Amino acid sequence: MPYIPHTPDDVRAMLDAIGADSIEDLFDEIPAHLKAAGKLDALPDGLSEMEVTRLMNERAAMDAGAVSFIGAGAYQHHIPAAVWEIATRGEFYTAYTPYQAEASQGTLQVIYEFQTLMTRLTGMDVSNASVYDGASGLAEAVLMSLRANRKSKSRKVLVPTALNPRYTAATKAIVENQDVALEMVGFDAATGQTPLDALKPYEGEDYAALVISQPNFFGSLEDVDALTDWAQANGMLVIAVVNPTSLALLTPPGEWGSDGADIVVGEGQPLGVPLSSGGPYFGFMCCKQKHVRQMPGRIIGRTVDMEGKQGFTLTLQAREQHIRRSKATSNICTNQGLAMTAATIYTSLLGPDGLTNVAAHCHANTQALAEKLTAIAGVERAFTAPTFHEVVLTLPKEADDVLAQLAEKDVLGGVSLAKDYNLPNAILVNATEVHSEGDLDLFAVALKEVLA
Amino acid sequence: MSETKLIFQLSHPGRSAVSQAPKALAEDKLSAIPAQLRRKQKPALPEVSEMQVVRHYTNLSSKNFAIDKQFYPLGSCTMKYNPRGANRAAMLPGFLNRHPLAPESHSQGFLSCMYELQNFLKEVTGMKGVSLAPMAGAQGEFAGVAMIRAYHDARGDDERTEILIPEAAHGTNPATAVMCGYKVREVPVGKDGDVDLEALKAACGPQTAGLMMTNPSTCGVFERQIEAIAKTVHEAGGLLYYDGANLNAILGKVRPGDMGFDVIHMNLHKTFATPHGGGGPGAGPVGVSERLLPYLPTPMAGQRDDGSYHWIDTDILGTSIGHLSAFMGNAGVLLRAYYYARSLGREGMIRVGEFSTLAANYLLKRLEAIGCTAAYPDRRASHEFILTFAKEAKELGVTAMDIAKRLLDYNQHAPTTYFPLLVPECFLIEPTETESKEALDEFVDAMAAILEEARTEPDMVKEAPFTQPVRRLDDVKAARELDLTWSE
Repeated sequence: MPYIPHTPDDVRAMLDAIGADSIEDLFDEIPAHLKAAGKLDALPDGLSEMEVTRLMNERAAMDAGAVSFIGAGAYQHHIPAAVWEIATRGEFYTAYTPYQAEASQGTLQVIYEFQTLMTRLTGMDVSNASVYDGASGLAEAVLMSLRANRKSKSRKVLVPTALNPRYTAATKAIVENQDVALEMVGFDAATGQTPLDALKPYEGEDYAALVISQPNFFGSLEDVDALTDWAQANGMLVIAVVNPTSLALLTPPGEWGSDGADIVVGEGQPLGVPLSSGGPYFGFMCCKQKHVRQMPGRIIGRTVDMEGKQGFTLTLQAREQHIRRSKATSNICTNQGLAMTAATIYTSLLGPDGLTNVAAHCHANTQALAEKLTAIAGVERAFTAPTFHEVVLTLPKEADDVLAQLAEKDVLGGVSLAKDYNLPNAILVNATEVHSEGDLDLFAVALKEVLA
Repeated sequence: MSETKLIFQLSHPGRSAVSQAPKALAEDKLSAIPAQLRRKQKPALPEVSEMQVVRHYTNLSSKNFAIDKQFYPLGSCTMKYNPRGANRAAMLPGFLNRHPLAPESHSQGFLSCMYELQNFLKEVTGMKGVSLAPMAGAQGEFAGVAMIRAYHDARGDDERTEILIPEAAHGTNPATAVMCGYKVREVPVGKDGDVDLEALKAACGPQTAGLMMTNPSTCGVFERQIEAIAKTVHEAGGLLYYDGANLNAILGKVRPGDMGFDVIHMNLHKTFATPHGGGGPGAGPVGVSERLLPYLPTPMAGQRDDGSYHWIDTDILGTSIGHLSAFMGNAGVLLRAYYYARSLGREGMIRVGEFSTLAANYLLKRLEAIGCTAAYPDRRASHEFILTFAKEAKELGVTAMDIAKRLLDYNQHAPTTYFPLLVPECFLIEPTETESKEALDEFVDAMAAILEEARTEPDMVKEAPFTQPVRRLDDVKAARELDLTWSE
């Protein structure tokens, strides 16, 4: 019996201790006509480890082998071997939520270190222990901004159209049930940025917050100082959505404008978490000290034990669902512990210089890729704004067709902006430090063939 | 065990794990980024060697209890063995390197696993459709209640403002109802652990959007009136939500769909043996009855007539409650659950419910025999049960928390304490099907020793633990003098 240790003798002895004749007797409080006997016939027979491993190997192999230039919110990076060797140690992998603090100091100290790392990357005061992912993190940040902005009575938030449309969609799906509205702010068709002009109609209006994405979905860098100052001058909080790799090079949100962003969220995946079809990733969430009691999710504090020795524990639990129930800041009751542990190890291994080098290579490789691709007749950069590690290109043919033909050559050439932005000929491409010169050339050659 | 320094305290300027990152680039490679957008100072991350990092986090890991090390009988958490093979399979390069937006032509392996997993979950729960999108139990709850709301809204039935919740429910249930814009009304639970049916009838009405409940309940017993409850809620026009926290108890034995539930969430990190990872990631798929099919969260895996697989997104299912994450949820967790389902197969699924229930009833009887007090002594245990130490607290001054802390000294993880809230000084104990009889007996021995200590040396028990990396922590100081980040 897979994973079940009981021998027939064990079962007999246990039933005797209970005073039952059979295991079936233990289900005698369930009405007989409800029982599932014979109803699971569509399930296959069990497989041995060897058999199921063979099956999974075959399935995994079906999806392997292409060179990918897709980014759009999830990025390929080199992950040092030590990261997951350690993160999947049984002591981390098979531990529960650290409710028994004395028996969970390992997990708790890792989270405290993670919180510190994230505040140092973002330039913020405090961090939580992570939420599900970047998109749902933004939904939490929007709800948090309504609680934290005491000057505003609004249940509306300004969101740039140039934000990752998947973030917008997930945030809408989550917050609209609480009658919170997202008002979309357009982008400049020439630069690919969110201009101050687009915000003019909202001047003096009551909105709880402005969302600023740096870089934005197009890879374009926004004038974050001007946007931040405008929002705060108009009584709004600033919610920053950032890429953690980029923060090694770019101004941290805590230093945006004259007062810094109020809440910072983002997708933590680039910090040592594999692409893995979209998860498990983790969302990071930081804020100014004054908003900490409005922040959702788990938070770890450093304290002392009864002998005065340093220790770590869950704190500010009065915000959370297991204490506050219907009055909690969120229903969230986990973090993404394992992915967050990997990110802590990754960031420690890379250090300030290593992460800066990764960010620099991502930027430089994307620049080089854009140069190679725009050397092909009819291929142009769609926008003029400076970019970090993604860029939008306009093609002389429909993007969806071109991408399908590239895929036939095992080149995954980015994502089409046809559906989300009605830009039928535009693709969003990304390169990171993992792409070699040869990979970039491969893409250029394949694209030239497809467009010929 | 000694205090472990923070990674930041190991840092020395100029030290690095050089092989872990690409070489530095000339500054002119960054000239396209305007100076005003550039960071002025490098982030103050630790500067440490590769071995220092490996040793530091390996040492920290040793300060955790874990299923791989200890019996971990947390009630309602299902801390069963997490198969290593599932981890290895989910970490295969083809799965690990697949981008979530890769075209369907390069996703058939992954999609086939997801499609089959959806079907397996439909079969074991008796529901008509399943979406794997929610990233945790709490998000599954959110999706479920959001679907209930979408159903009522689509019918123009907008007077329904309340969700009913038994008082023993998990805290996530009321928090979820509020996140979906509902008010919460609690329903009392009777002395035998079943819902007070008369009170439920009185609470139901045209304002009722639905009822959220767990069965077996958080009282560790099967709700015997489930069909009457379903009838009552349905007749009032409400829908029935099944919190799958305790699905392990009934896997293969009875199905939520057959009990009359309209929507359920499952915790794959419980029932399907995916790791808890120190508090996540989980996965909280949702299953629905016929009438909620149009509202399932996206994306889902579908199959064409030619046998190939495709995504079902909002362009196909326009009535969906939408996306709950940027991509498709915790894919890697779902792959581990798929492995587990294939490994168990039909017979294995049935055994989960049987042997988890056997283990719990055995442990309960043995603990009663050494003088522990069951909260519901006249009931069968499900896969878990409740003990109350109200007597010990009153007579000896030794609380459930004290006993929990002392268990750590016996190398046993404590059960869930002080939940559900309606039973004073309680333990909620869930041994799972993967623990051997010897492991259960060792727990009983530890409990017997602690009860004896409580009678002879109560002050010692009140100061436990003694063998852990730290003694009891000052939680008041932690909350009053917030120290959430390290500073040199």
